[in-house]
Amino acid sequence: MRAVLAGIALLALWQAVVSLTAVPPFILPGPVAVLQAMGTNRGMLAQNAATTAAEIGLGLGLGVLTGLAAGLATALSDRLGQILRPLLVISQALPVFALAPILTLWLGYGMGSKVAVVVLITFFPVASALHDGLRATPEAALDLARLARAPRWRELMWLRLPHALPHLAAALRIAAVYAPIGAVIGEWVGSSAGLGHLMLLANARMKTDLMFAALAVLAAMTLCLRAATDAGLRRAGL
Amino acid sequence: MGFGIEGSARIGGRVLFRDIALPLAPGWTCLLGASGAGKSTILRLVAGLPTGAEFEGQVRAPRRIAWMAQRDLLQERSSLLGNVLLGRRLSGARADAARARELLALVGLEGQEARRPASLSGGQRQRVALARALMEEAPLALLDEPFSALDAGTRRRMQDLALERLSGAAVLMVTHDPMEALRMGNRVWLLEGGTLSPVALPPGPVPRPLPALAAEAERLMARLAA
Repeated sequence: MRAVLAGIALLALWQAVVSLTAVPPFILPGPVAVLQAMGTNRGMLAQNAATTAAEIGLGLGLGVLTGLAAGLATALSDRLGQILRPLLVISQALPVFALAPILTLWLGYGMGSKVAVVVLITFFPVASALHDGLRATPEAALDLARLARAPRWRELMWLRLPHALPHLAAALRIAAVYAPIGAVIGEWVGSSAGLGHLMLLANARMKTDLMFAALAVLAAMTLCLRAATDAGLRRAGL
Repeated sequence: MGFGIEGSARIGGRVLFRDIALPLAPGWTCLLGASGAGKSTILRLVAGLPTGAEFEGQVRAPRRIAWMAQRDLLQERSSLLGNVLLGRRLSGARADAARARELLALVGLEGQEARRPASLSGGQRQRVALARALMEEAPLALLDEPFSALDAGTRRRMQDLALERLSGAAVLMVTHDPMEALRMGNRVWLLEGGTLSPVALPPGPVPRPLPALAAEAERLMARLAA
């Protein structure tokens, strides 16, 4: 409730600044103008939002899956860990912004390159958190597995995985916020659809109100994704 | 049932104990010693768990071992029932939920199998740990100061409960409390300076009444404090 009031106050302040200073609308449109732009362009906004949402969904799903696989592999096999860990770290040392043009060159202007960017930035936090979480199980608890002569997968399932879940939940919350950033970066570098594409287009044509409208839709999508992730994790007790 | 351990161990070149022989017959064997004397190492060697020590000698232990550590090792994300069944699940045996419920009732937690460990007191948590150990139905139980973190009243109740419930098995309990060892042990050994020596016990069944133990406890306490 307080957050809603603060939001309304902020919007009112924004409108007041625009009305009182008479700043040109192509520099800073007021919230009313942005809302109008949202109304007149709703079809275009919805279409592009759907593209971006698909990129986010696909990328996040693939990123989380590959992250889980990499985290499991590095934690389960010492040799695989020795090979994969440096690769993981190197993949994070390369800035995604620099990789995005290459990905676009390889995968084209379509959805593939954007999905790849989202995968790149979501997979590492998941892999890293799962790896660390699986390793964080107290030695004293692992004694129980040794006494039971448990094979590695049973130790994983009954001891290590439950201990890793809170780590993993934190990483999933981060990944949900990172994923939209990845999609928009991919769209900025080169695309024919998506909210990022629409923002570039609107910016070039000085349609600042449309740019703000696209930005607002993107922010709303990110908040919804984050809230849905949070709600899902909370339901699972994390 | 001839369980036991014989041999010597070193840690980083330093002798931890030399040529000890600790037989483990049915009933309670208490191993008394100061901190760092090597009691826990002996316990872990019997259990076949990793230690930092190089051991030369032999261990005779059954395949199934019940284990109670200083910490209760309860898994916070599992229910009490899940915790009691943990050992069975890890060893791939059938998870007999009815038996687990019975054992929880036996340690005084009847009908509470759905609770999480976080909502329990320290004494209740050790009760669950005892139920988990009982679930193994093992001929040998190894206890590493499981009652040391409990308050006096709770400790007494847990000691008596464990004595009663683990009566059929061979039990080795490591402790640094002479009173606890003298009260509960059918046999008591003192680990001191790397050698193991038996402690003379007053006659009578365990748990023994405290007044008869005071003089011996005082003598042992002086040796441990030295």
